[in-house]
Amino acid sequence: MSKYIVKRVLLAIATLFLVCLITFFAMNAVPGGPFNSEKAKSPAVMEVLNERFHLNEPVGVQFWIYMKNILHGDFGVSLTTGRDIWNTIWSSFQVSAKIGGMAIIVALIFGVILGCTAALNRNKWPDHVIIFFVTLFTAMPSFVMGSFLLLIFCIQLRWVPVWTTAHPSYVLPVIALSLPPMAYITRLTKTSMLDALGQDYVRTAKAKGVKPRKVIFIHTLRNALIPVITYVGPLTASILTGSLVVERIFTISGLGSKFVDSITKRDYTMIMGTTIFLATLMVVMNLVSDILYKVVDPRIKLE
Amino acid sequence: MTVGKHRSKVRKFKERNQDRMTENYDIPAPKKRKLSLQIDPAKFEKATDEEKKQADVMAESTTFFKDGMRKLLRNPLAIIAIVILCIVIATIIIAPHVVPYGYDEIITVNGVRDKRAANLSPFQFSDMEKQYMEESGEKLFPHIMGTDELCRDYFIRVVYGTRVSLLVGIFASLMVLIIGTVYGSISGYAGGRVDLIMMRIVDIIYSLPDLLIIILLSVVFKETMDFSRVPVIGKLGTNMVSMFIVFGLLYWVGMARLVRGQILTIKQNEYILAAQAIGAKPGRVIRKHIIPNCISVIIIMTAQEIPSAIFTESYLSFIGLGVQLPMPSLGSLANAARSGMQSYPWKLVFPAVMIILIVLAFNLLGDSMRDAFDPRLRQ
Repeated sequence: MSKYIVKRVLLAIATLFLVCLITFFAMNAVPGGPFNSEKAKSPAVMEVLNERFHLNEPVGVQFWIYMKNILHGDFGVSLTTGRDIWNTIWSSFQVSAKIGGMAIIVALIFGVILGCTAALNRNKWPDHVIIFFVTLFTAMPSFVMGSFLLLIFCIQLRWVPVWTTAHPSYVLPVIALSLPPMAYITRLTKTSMLDALGQDYVRTAKAKGVKPRKVIFIHTLRNALIPVITYVGPLTASILTGSLVVERIFTISGLGSKFVDSITKRDYTMIMGTTIFLATLMVVMNLVSDILYKVVDPRIKLE
Repeated sequence: MTVGKHRSKVRKFKERNQDRMTENYDIPAPKKRKLSLQIDPAKFEKATDEEKKQADVMAESTTFFKDGMRKLLRNPLAIIAIVILCIVIATIIIAPHVVPYGYDEIITVNGVRDKRAANLSPFQFSDMEKQYMEESGEKLFPHIMGTDELCRDYFIRVVYGTRVSLLVGIFASLMVLIIGTVYGSISGYAGGRVDLIMMRIVDIIYSLPDLLIIILLSVVFKETMDFSRVPVIGKLGTNMVSMFIVFGLLYWVGMARLVRGQILTIKQNEYILAAQAIGAKPGRVIRKHIIPNCISVIIIMTAQEIPSAIFTESYLSFIGLGVQLPMPSLGSLANAARSGMQSYPWKLVFPAVMIILIVLAFNLLGDSMRDAFDPRLRQ
């Protein structure tokens, strides 16, 4: 077990290092230094700036310094606003985490409930209705979902105000973020539930007279949820990438909209900071769900 | 309907059919249990020679492909998907030849720029066009989906957007197919240390956050590379090139894993051993036994890769990193429509519905292909 965890952690570190490497060299490949675009500065000022940000060093050394700074939690300064990047990321992450966290919980709870309903009513109308909507929602990118929600509930029905910066309404963004992964979780739960229902131990439990509810919750659901746990990692990733556009649609100043903004403004240090931050989050969540998977299911053999 | 009424209807029915019903009840048929095997030989007659021959006819031998196609075409969902795709593909091929507007062409009436033709609703004509039609008696081609904010025909833009999305999807999945299959089969055949190292690389790439890397690289490529002189790609823009590159770099890992796994399991089957024992050469074993057994899984995976590529493209276009303007894409059309959503909701609805239709059709087709062709599900 510990050997497996060590292996996974090493892999995660390698991945993160690769992400840092790619982002750093990608950003350095862009022509022009961070201070070229602004008004012409005197050579003396340029020299001080270059000295300050180590821009006169070779790229390899710059990478080394950047990595050292990042490990100390120093992401540098934004090129457009001049603010500290870590503070910006952290404050906008709190907004995103609130919405994203709610979306994850909503997706998990409703996905599992709908999946079980579909599996237990196999080939009856609840199954057909659920699978119809699941198929529809998996074909809908989150930005289409978000735009449609905005169109229907804000503009046509006027249930929710469109732009509220004072008291932001989280209902629609959470729905838009959670529906696509929820559809996937429903499908996942349904198939694993059907699989579990066909197992011998479920038949044994039924045969010895265990109450149906107990069979479902104790014998079937517990085993059927294992694949759902593995999905928590990819779920975080999908919610995060979904938040890039959903936050933009609903004009929420979260991490996603910061990231997209920094791209359109070509704020390179900000792009790098957010990429590394988001990548770390995804890799850590993947790691956690992989390890959880092995902990939860003792049947899985460790390599 | 009340119960009493229903009963009276039943009574009437019985009275009307009195003679027929009694006639049937006259013959006292032996009470037969359901599923009983008692057979009355009197009810049967001897088969003629011709009829006997019919029993001799063996079922036609079918190939794997034919059998799979038969199963596929029996699935109503697959038929729906194929019909949707055929309609969409026919439209995007034929429409540019029929519709007299270009995707980047501002509507002109009689050579004069029509400045008030912006944001027309579907099938609406601008005042200038109406006037022209009245004067000349000529019928202008209707704006099936209206016009956009720059007086361009929206239908043709949606058609070109769909073209871009479909091309990107198909091209990207072909790239994934080639790279993934080659890498996976090398890893699977070689085995041992080569396999181990190759799979560790796959593991690392697999856990990279793909969309972030795509966004990052498309920013970089936009600044550093110039593809504007390359014929087809130049029109799509550097963003698309970077997307293809990233697809080539990152998305093949799923396919590589799949192919390697397939080859490893197939290699261990008894029929491979049997073929080798008979003296079949490796080339024959690969051609006759390994490829037919994993080709279906590979094709299914490729079909399922298309919607994900279309998703990525529309997503990138939506955040402004997609195809080069004025070339439209479904994602960028949806993004542009957001600003006028309150007044012109159809401009959002058309491209969005188009994305949903295409992705839905490919999803359904991929799923039903898996049901029809996957050897693991056939057993």
